Parts: sequence; C-alpha cells; structure tokens
Amino acid sequence: MSSDRTIAGLCVVAVALAVAGFFVPAWMVFIGVISLAKGLVVLGLMVLWRTGLVSFGQSLYYALGAYAVGLAHLYWGLTDAFVGVLLGVAVAGFGSFVIGFLLARYRDLFFAMLSLAFAMILYGVLVKSEALGSTDGFVISVPTFAGYAPGADTAQAVLLAFTAAVVLASAYLIDRYQKSTAGHLTTAIRDNEIRVEYLGFSVRQAIHVKYVLAGILGGAGGALVAMAVGHIDPDMAYWTTAGEFVFVAILSGTASVAAPFFGSIIFEVLRSYAMQYAAHVWHMVLGVALLLIIMFLPDGLWSLFRKRARAH
Amino acid sequence: MEPILDVQGLDKSFGSVVAAADISVAVARDEIVGIIGANGAGKTTFVNMVTGYIKPSRGAIRFGGRDITGLPPRSIINAGISRSFQVPQLFATVTAFDNVLIALGIAQDGRFPVWRPLRRADLVELTTQILERFGIAGHRHQLAGKVSQGVRKLIDIAMATVHRPQLLLLDEPTSGVSVEEKFAIMDVVVAALREQKVTILFVEHDMEIVARFATRLLAFYEGTIVADDVPQRVIADPQVRRYIIGERYRHGAHA
Amino acid sequence: MLTFVAIGVDGLVYASWLFLVAVGLTLVLGVMRVLNVAHGSFYSFGAYAAAWGVGIYFTHGWPDAGGYFVVAGAAIVVGVVLGLLIERGLLRWLYDRDEVVIVLVTYAVLLILEDSVLLIWGTDPYFAYQPSALLGNTDIAGLPFPNYNLMLIALAVLTGGILWWVLNHTHRGKFLQAVIHDREMSVFLGINVARLFTITFVIGAILGALGGAVTAPVISVSPGIGVEVIVLAFAVVVIGGMGSIAGAIIGSLLVGLAHAAAVHLLPSVELFVIYGVMTLVLAFRPRGLFGPAQLRRI
Repeated sequence: MSSDRTIAGLCVVAVALAVAGFFVPAWMVFIGVISLAKGLVVLGLMVLWRTGLVSFGQSLYYALGAYAVGLAHLYWGLTDAFVGVLLGVAVAGFGSFVIGFLLARYRDLFFAMLSLAFAMILYGVLVKSEALGSTDGFVISVPTFAGYAPGADTAQAVLLAFTAAVVLASAYLIDRYQKSTAGHLTTAIRDNEIRVEYLGFSVRQAIHVKYVLAGILGGAGGALVAMAVGHIDPDMAYWTTAGEFVFVAILSGTASVAAPFFGSIIFEVLRSYAMQYAAHVWHMVLGVALLLIIMFLPDGLWSLFRKRARAH
Repeated sequence: MEPILDVQGLDKSFGSVVAAADISVAVARDEIVGIIGANGAGKTTFVNMVTGYIKPSRGAIRFGGRDITGLPPRSIINAGISRSFQVPQLFATVTAFDNVLIALGIAQDGRFPVWRPLRRADLVELTTQILERFGIAGHRHQLAGKVSQGVRKLIDIAMATVHRPQLLLLDEPTSGVSVEEKFAIMDVVVAALREQKVTILFVEHDMEIVARFATRLLAFYEGTIVADDVPQRVIADPQVRRYIIGERYRHGAHA
Repeated sequence: MLTFVAIGVDGLVYASWLFLVAVGLTLVLGVMRVLNVAHGSFYSFGAYAAAWGVGIYFTHGWPDAGGYFVVAGAAIVVGVVLGLLIERGLLRWLYDRDEVVIVLVTYAVLLILEDSVLLIWGTDPYFAYQPSALLGNTDIAGLPFPNYNLMLIALAVLTGGILWWVLNHTHRGKFLQAVIHDREMSVFLGINVARLFTITFVIGAILGALGGAVTAPVISVSPGIGVEVIVLAFAVVVIGGMGSIAGAIIGSLLVGLAHAAAVHLLPSVELFVIYGVMTLVLAFRPRGLFGPAQLRRI
C-alpha cells in the first residue's frame, strides 16, 4: 500500500469535507468534527499499538487537552482555536512526557493497567474539583479563528475545516515518522528488545517518544472536541472513554494513517443511531462487535495477534 | 602497544553460585581469540560482562584505554564493541534485508531518527553490500524467523558489524549448525571481519574450528581461566584435556 | 486519638472489601495469565442477585438468618453460571493468543454483561439492607461500628486463610503453583490443565460475585458499580504483584489504610489515593510487592 497515495487521498478527502461542511446539515458537520478529532486520539493509540503496547488510558490526554482549552476560556477568556489546540497539545505533551518516564518501563498487561490508572487519577481529581463543576463539568463558548469570529450557523463548518487541516498535518507527520528508522523500531522493539539495545538504541527512550506522540495527539483531539461540543466534563477522562478509543483502534486496524479516521467516522455514526434507537444495549452491541472482530477479522489486529517470538 | 581489551580481576556471583572468579586477560588488536570450556564454565558470563548485559561483582574492564565496567549494552555498542548471540537475536517478523537495514538505520540516524526515511538509496545500497559480504544476499526477502539456523547466525553476525565495531564477541557462532556449514560460516565471517580490521573473540565448542581459526585460545573451567596460549599448546595442556576436551581427543582425528 | 481508631477500623474494613473483590482477579491472573476485565461483572451480578434475592426473601417473612444464606447462595450461583459460561464458552478457545488480546476479549464480555444487568434488573437501584441492619453495632473506643463491617473483616481473613492453605498445603494447590510457573511443563507432567483452568476461573468468579453480594446490603445497588470496581481491583493486583495472594492481602491493607486516612484527614484525595499508593509501590518494586521474577534471556 503506497502511503504517498494515502496522504494524497487524505488531502482530497480533507478538502472535500471542509467544503462540504458548509452545505450539509448541522448534525453531519458535528459528527464530522467529533469523529475526526477522536480519530486523532486513535492515531496516537496506533503509534503505540504497533509496538505491541495497548494504552487503556489515552482518555487522560484527551481530557487534559479539553480541560486546557476549557480552563483557558474560564480564566483568560480565550476562544482562539489555534491557541486552544496548541495549549491542549502543550499540556498533554507535558503530561505524557512526565508520565512516560514511568510508563516506558512497562509492557503488556502492566502498561495497559498503569495507563488506565493514570487516567483514573485525573478523573478523581476532576470529580473532586468544585471549581471545575465536579461531575457536571462546565461550558465554553464558540471558538474564534485568529480573530475571525464565524456566525452561529457557520461556526461548526469552520471548525470542521480547521479540524480537517489539523488531521491532515498530523497524518502527514505520523506517516513520515513511521517511515523513518524510529517508526521501524516499532516492529523491531516488538520482535526483540534485547537486539535493539544491542544495536545501540535505547528501547525505553523510543517508547517514551512514542508515548509522548500519542499524548500530543490525544490532547489535540480533546481540545478540538471541547471546542466542538462546547462542554467539558470529567467523563472525558473515565477509563471507559479510553476503552472506546481502543475499540475504534481495533476496528480501524493499523494498516495506514488514514485508517483511524475512517474507523472513527463509522463508530460515531453507529453510535448516534444506537443512542437514538437502542440506548440500553449500545454497550452490548459494542461488546459483541468487538468479540466478532477479534475472533473472525484479525486483519485489523494482525500486528497484535502474532504470537511473540520467544528467545529460548 | 596498548591492548584493545584489558580485563582485570573480574568476579561474578549469582547468590552462592560463582560464575566467574578473578578473570584477567589482555587482548591485542587483530587477535582472533577462541574461548573454550564446558557448559557453565563461565564463557557466556564473561561475554555478558564485557558487553554490559551483566555487571561484574568486582574487577575492571578497559576498552582502548577507557573504563567500560558496568556500562549498559547501549553504551558498549556505541564505544565500539559488539556481539553476536548463541541463539540468534533477530527481528523474526521482518525480512533478512530489513533486519540489516534497521540495524544500519539505528547506527546512522542518531538519537532521534524520526524524519529521514529508512528505506533510502544510500542505506539500501549499504545493506545489499553487507548481505553480499556475508553470503546471504539470496535470502534477503525471506523472513528472518523462517530461514535456516546457519543463515540466522549470519544475519545475527552481520547486524553486529553494522556499527563498525573494533571488537566483536561471537557467542558460539557455529552452534546448532550442520557440520558442513560450520566451516563455511566461519570462513565467511572471519574473512568479512578481517576486511574491516575487527578484533575477534569467539566462544566455541568445536575444537576443529578453534584450531583452524584462532590465533590464541582461552580455556575456562568453573569460572576461571585455566589456560591462555596458542591453540596447539592449550589443546595439549593436561588440565585442559582432563576437564574440557577429553583425554582421548586428538586434533584432526575425525574427518 | 479517636481519629486513629476510626482510620484503623475503617481501613481494615475497606481493606477486607478490596481483598474480597480483588483476590479472585489475581488468582485467575496468576494461574491462567488472564486479566479478566469481566470480573467487574461478576461483582455487579453478585450484588444484583443478592439484593434481588434478599428483597424477595424478606417479603416472605422467613427467619432472618436465612438472609445470609441468600447472599452466599447468590454469589455461588452467579459465580458458577457466569464462570462456566465464559470459560467453557469463550475463553478456552483463546488461551494461545496474546495476553492483551484476552484482555480485550474480557473487556468485550464486560460490555455485554453490563448491559445485561440493565436488561435483567432495569435502571432503578436496589436496596437490601436487612442482612446489614440486623447485626447492629459495636462500640470501639466509644465509636459505633456496624457489626456487618466487622464480619466483613472476618470473612476476608477466612477467605485469605483458606486460599493460602489450599495453595500451599494441598495437592491441588501444588498443581496450581506448577501451572503458575510453567503451563507447558505442567501438561507434560500429567496435570489436567484444562480442568484446572475451569475450576480456577469459576472460583475466581465466585469470589468476585461474593465481593458484590456481601456489599449489596450496604450500598444502593445500581448500574455501573461493576465498572467502578474493576479499576480498583486492578490497582490492588498491580500493587500486590500479579497472581500473588499474599500480595493481594498486603496491597489491600496498604490501600485500605491509605484510603481511610484520606477520608478522615484529606477527603479531596480520596478518589485516587489508591493510584497514588500504586505509583509509589511501583517506583520501588516495578513488578509489584510480590511480582514474578524476571528470567535471564540470553
């Protein structure tokens, strides 16, 4: 699969989406923004996934990104989207940099459980914080774009175009990363960490970098969702939110940088229909779908399903 | 001339098990040093200590005058020492070509190799040369996990040379390989390494190989070095014959 | 001074609760290398079954003591039914897969079971206070403590004791330890690993359901309790070391006391003190207090 064509394809789709945003119904635009933004989080997950690391705690950075935007609005009256995303990225990046020191030492189950735990720590902090509205969260206003304040009816469409641009840039950067030596280290580390060390490269540093990349993407996604929804609450950090990102990652597979976004769109569309007609069995549907994919469609999951080569 | 590797008084215990006791040896450049000994005699422990996988309990290791005792494998590699493994440590789900290519990328692209594509003309060319030098270019598109043991060993050793080490430790380079291939592998490896002026230490159980390729022989027994001389004299040494190679051994006795 | 007594007793109670909830999880993890996310559903099913059963029981005016048998019975039924269903029906086809894949599978099962709770019992909360209220209170240093909570401590100690004795002093226990150390080798030694797995999983399920069942009389049983609990159980397992019963005991004690201290002295950290303890333990013992040893690889 030629990823040059993937990037070109993504370009076309991004532009198409951005333009279409001004002509299609509002609910479609909304789903577009949400799924692209959440797709960013899943893209970050994918970087870790190919190394054999499943993070059940990306909701931590997702929430950090959202709350960064929210707090900036609450205390500084900030509404600019560019600054918002940068802020979300900065906060999430810093968080993942710090936590990465601990997490990069772990693999497999421990990595998954620890990442989950950190998300729950943030959740606990947010719920107990009266200033931030506790479990209710708080509301922020419509974003502006470098001084340009779109009218109420075009705000979402402009945000969609903005999001599409962010997605395109991120996809390109991650694609370059994956083609570089560091990107190939995902497979190398997964296959044989000892060898990587004996080639002179620090596995821990490589994983740390990947973890920060995932954190940055999570923060960007969270910031964008906050601006799209206009409301921020602690559930964004809850581990089941992280579970949803994992589900979308499984759905999408790791074959290309475009995959997370298609998977995310499918997921969000399905979710909106399910919430309308079968809200009480949405999780059951998810669970069954997950089981079916794992058992019968390992294509999206091939990089994880390979039995680890043991050095006996 | 200063020895390239100077080991002084290395000790290593695992609890009550003494794996190494007062190991001292100085290796000069361009030597090819064979290491023999029964299983558990401390050969691999020695290699592990020199290459940083284990820290010695006591003693010092100097490489080119620099103290490298206790440094982690990463630093050892970057200092100019490399090693191959008794059980080849490869990236099994990736082709032979990519194994060497990735090794090259690590060697050449610095600490944050996140931008330049790995699969670029200069690295691809170099990889092909390396594969040809070790005689495995024909296997380049096969997955490393699926090739024969002999080819695996060669990939393993080829990857170890990518950093242009000055000193290379080979841990049983011909073990698990058929009798016909053993000599062929050693011929290829030693020729390739001599071409790059690499000093070689190799652990080996096969006395024919040792006699043919080593300029010097170290015999390990129960964690200590009991003989250190040219191969002919070590093989004739009574202690070595008693404890390691067998009293009845005669060089060249079998085909 | 009174605060210390309160922290001590509350800490022990919370520790006992944590232990009961987490021990089944760590047992299954240690023996089968399966991190069963659906363990949270054993808990919620156990709680709902117990609350529902107790509710029905007491409307009939039968002897009060029977209520406790209902609680225990609910745990056993839930554990056996769900445990067998999941292990025999699903997990046994997946043992050769990557352990993270199995986590995802059990996560899927959790999702399915949590909605099943809604379908079976609806969204309204259940109350089954009788088994707890009937026992009354005891005064310790002038502070009243519910006897039910003290009974919880006894139950946890009993459970831990039985498990420890079985693991270390019976044939079956030795087999379990063999399987923990080397599954393949155990098969070669003639141990019926498949049957051992089923039995272990069902026991883990019963223990999880028991955790929920004995909790039902002191909370309002409502949707989502399983999801909340599973993360706490994870943390205890991580602290104690995967598969270690002793670790689960000590881990529960550490967290229980830290949690009680937080509640009484610094309520704002109550919700995440468990993760704080976990991070601290991991900083000094990366594999948990009694985690498995690392083997030399080259």
